[in-house]
Amino acid sequence: MKRIGVFVCHCGSNIAATVDVKKVVEMALLEQGVVHAEDYPYMCSEAGQQRIAEAIREKQLEGIVVCSCSPRMHEATFRKCAERNGLNPYLVEIANVREHCSWIHKDMQEATQKAVILMRAAVAKVHLNTPLQAGESAVTKRALVIGGGIAGIQTALDIADAGYPVDIVEKEPSIGGRMSQLDKTFPTLDCSACILTPKMVEAAAHENITIHTWSEVEKVSGFVGSFTVEIRKKARYVNMDKCTGCGICQEKCPSKKPLSEFNRGLNTRTAIYTPFAQAIPNVPVIDPNACIKLKTGKCGICEKFCQAGAIDYTQKDEILTQQYGAIVVATGFDTIKLDKYGEYAYNESKDVITSLELERIMNAAGPTKGHLERLSDGKAPKEIVFIQCVGSRCSDDRGKPYCSKICCMYTAKHAMLIRDKYPDTNVTVFYIDVRTPGKNFDEFYRRAVEDYGVNYVKGQVGKVAPQPDGSLLVHGVDLLENKQILKKADMVVLATAIEPNPDARKIATMLTASIDTNNFLTEAHPKLRPVESPTAGVFLSGVAQGPKDIPETVAQAGAAAVKVIGLLAKDKLKTNPCTAKADELRCNGCSQCANVCPYGAISYETRQVNDHGIREDRRIAVVNSALCQGCGACTVTCPSGAMDLQGFSNRQIIAEVDAICR
Amino acid sequence: MPVTENWKPTIVAFCCNWCSYAGADLAGSSRLAYPADVKIIKVPCSCRVNPMFVLRAFEKGADGVILCGCHPGDCHYSTGNYYARRRMTLLFSMLDYLGIEDGRTRVEWVSAAEGVKFSETMNSFVETVRALGPSVRLGDLRCKN
Repeated sequence: MKRIGVFVCHCGSNIAATVDVKKVVEMALLEQGVVHAEDYPYMCSEAGQQRIAEAIREKQLEGIVVCSCSPRMHEATFRKCAERNGLNPYLVEIANVREHCSWIHKDMQEATQKAVILMRAAVAKVHLNTPLQAGESAVTKRALVIGGGIAGIQTALDIADAGYPVDIVEKEPSIGGRMSQLDKTFPTLDCSACILTPKMVEAAAHENITIHTWSEVEKVSGFVGSFTVEIRKKARYVNMDKCTGCGICQEKCPSKKPLSEFNRGLNTRTAIYTPFAQAIPNVPVIDPNACIKLKTGKCGICEKFCQAGAIDYTQKDEILTQQYGAIVVATGFDTIKLDKYGEYAYNESKDVITSLELERIMNAAGPTKGHLERLSDGKAPKEIVFIQCVGSRCSDDRGKPYCSKICCMYTAKHAMLIRDKYPDTNVTVFYIDVRTPGKNFDEFYRRAVEDYGVNYVKGQVGKVAPQPDGSLLVHGVDLLENKQILKKADMVVLATAIEPNPDARKIATMLTASIDTNNFLTEAHPKLRPVESPTAGVFLSGVAQGPKDIPETVAQAGAAAVKVIGLLAKDKLKTNPCTAKADELRCNGCSQCANVCPYGAISYETRQVNDHGIREDRRIAVVNSALCQGCGACTVTCPSGAMDLQGFSNRQIIAEVDAICR
Repeated sequence: MPVTENWKPTIVAFCCNWCSYAGADLAGSSRLAYPADVKIIKVPCSCRVNPMFVLRAFEKGADGVILCGCHPGDCHYSTGNYYARRRMTLLFSMLDYLGIEDGRTRVEWVSAAEGVKFSETMNSFVETVRALGPSVRLGDLRCKN
């Protein structure tokens, strides 16, 4: 029988207001083996931990139960406290009486009863806990950043500056991401390319950064400190080492039909192309679906004109296998498809565009060379209507339930820029709310309204009807005036909701990182660990984690980099000692456990076993504790019950079940 | 067994550490109430739940057992929840055959971001078990310590 101490935390009033902590202490003292029980306002505080330390020493405690908040909050705190005072950290159990009890129940009697039961389950478990020793694993001092937008570039630069090698994997032909498509940025109206391209150049030139563009992560295995990643380098059909980036191939290419992804399909590009002038690397790729040579075998014009001899139609996809200690997900976003929003006539009229398309139209390198014109007839629009929250803050399943966060600000920017450059063009914005929390954001919005005369109308738009004369009739409502509005417009701009990159879910699955229903990656703690995934060694940067603007993205990118640097700076990591272990007397070497192990951690060896005096050679399962991640799949599969999981053993879980059902 | 007005079921909820336990924490910090009858046991993965644990719970007097794990495809250990799903499907159909009604057992996928779903799941599960009344089928064989 272990000597056990029970410590009940009030958590100020968080627990004590609904759970009678004195009663829990009283009941704890009735449990078998409990030689000490006390309550304290804040167990996690220095003074609270001091009480635990004293009790361990004075009462020679061999196990501890802390009734407090979730183990996800303070299990580590109390384990460290135990360790400092000579008690193995795995002899500590937490009864979660805050998140799972006091915060969700109102009735004091009911909550106290439940807290007592949770305490009993923890006491029952800790009786069966055994001291465990954490092993060690080496750290590969190299980081992988998935996504080469501003988030990925900034993360990579910060990690590289600290002296660690970083690889950026970008699926497009160039790094730069969404930011490279923007014309100006709010609230300073900086030219987006002017502030982004120096960073792109810096990343490309950095001795610690390797950039793999036109590449995708194919497979990930391993764990924190030692991930093995397969990267598919798609065939570029252009030799990266030979190409000088002169651009003659793009001039001469006869296949000019494919739509430019970079310009959001508003104009076309050639089959061999770099997405934009400042692309990094400045080496084109051949689109195999459009290239005449690759499709029919005839053509070969680019090869003829390339003086460097860089064109290579025989190139194949390559798989690169690399080891990493940490992985950062910076996969960014795209705008949602508007197929379900027929009322805005996006698919019917060329003059109904998304904000990102407007961004390309306003850009000097865009399809209209920066002239604001209607895509249908090339005329300058005199009346422009912006519609906010298209697919954002949506209560039905057509759109997204969240606020896309950036739309209010970029619409104010667009409105302001248009009014500035084309003062005779009227701009009307239909909005639900204008949200401008951010440094200098509200000032910026007010400038749009007060100095630039942008007409803001609170209300939604029900319909955009294309008219025979080529104009658009906007059916809206003004909620403040309580009247319907019919407005004739030459151009309608939709502030389309943003959603995580469509590949985010695939990547999260490969990394076994958790992801929410909107496909944003989940952080380890929404407030305290915002750049870490719950999966150790996986970090989050940029919109992959949630909607955010450029300054926030850059800040988060830096934060993720610091976390990566902190990890890579370690030579060894402590491994989770809660691994599976086979009982050699029960194991019959059937191999079923090895079949279900997702990590290949189980092998077999022939060993001499002394079974009640009978010595014989038997085939026995052996778990490699460095590979085992402790899921427990093998323990349930084992037909003879030989396999058990340390820290979550069959007996421990059954003891908890018994205590709850007692 | 006569069901009194105040009868409260005993419900054991096995929650995987990575998704559902965190989902339960989120339900807690968001103050999304569900009945106190639900007691959570943390397991590293839903695949750690041995059918024996479920049987044990019913033997010892539980009125309902629910298993929560990561959504299919999102398992922290890649494939654990698929094993759990298969095992529990088999076990639950056997239990139903033995007289432990289908409503007393459930598998539900709750992610770390789904506090609302966790609370709603528990509310509806408790309601179902409450309607079924106390579980006596295996309780008759209850091993007295």
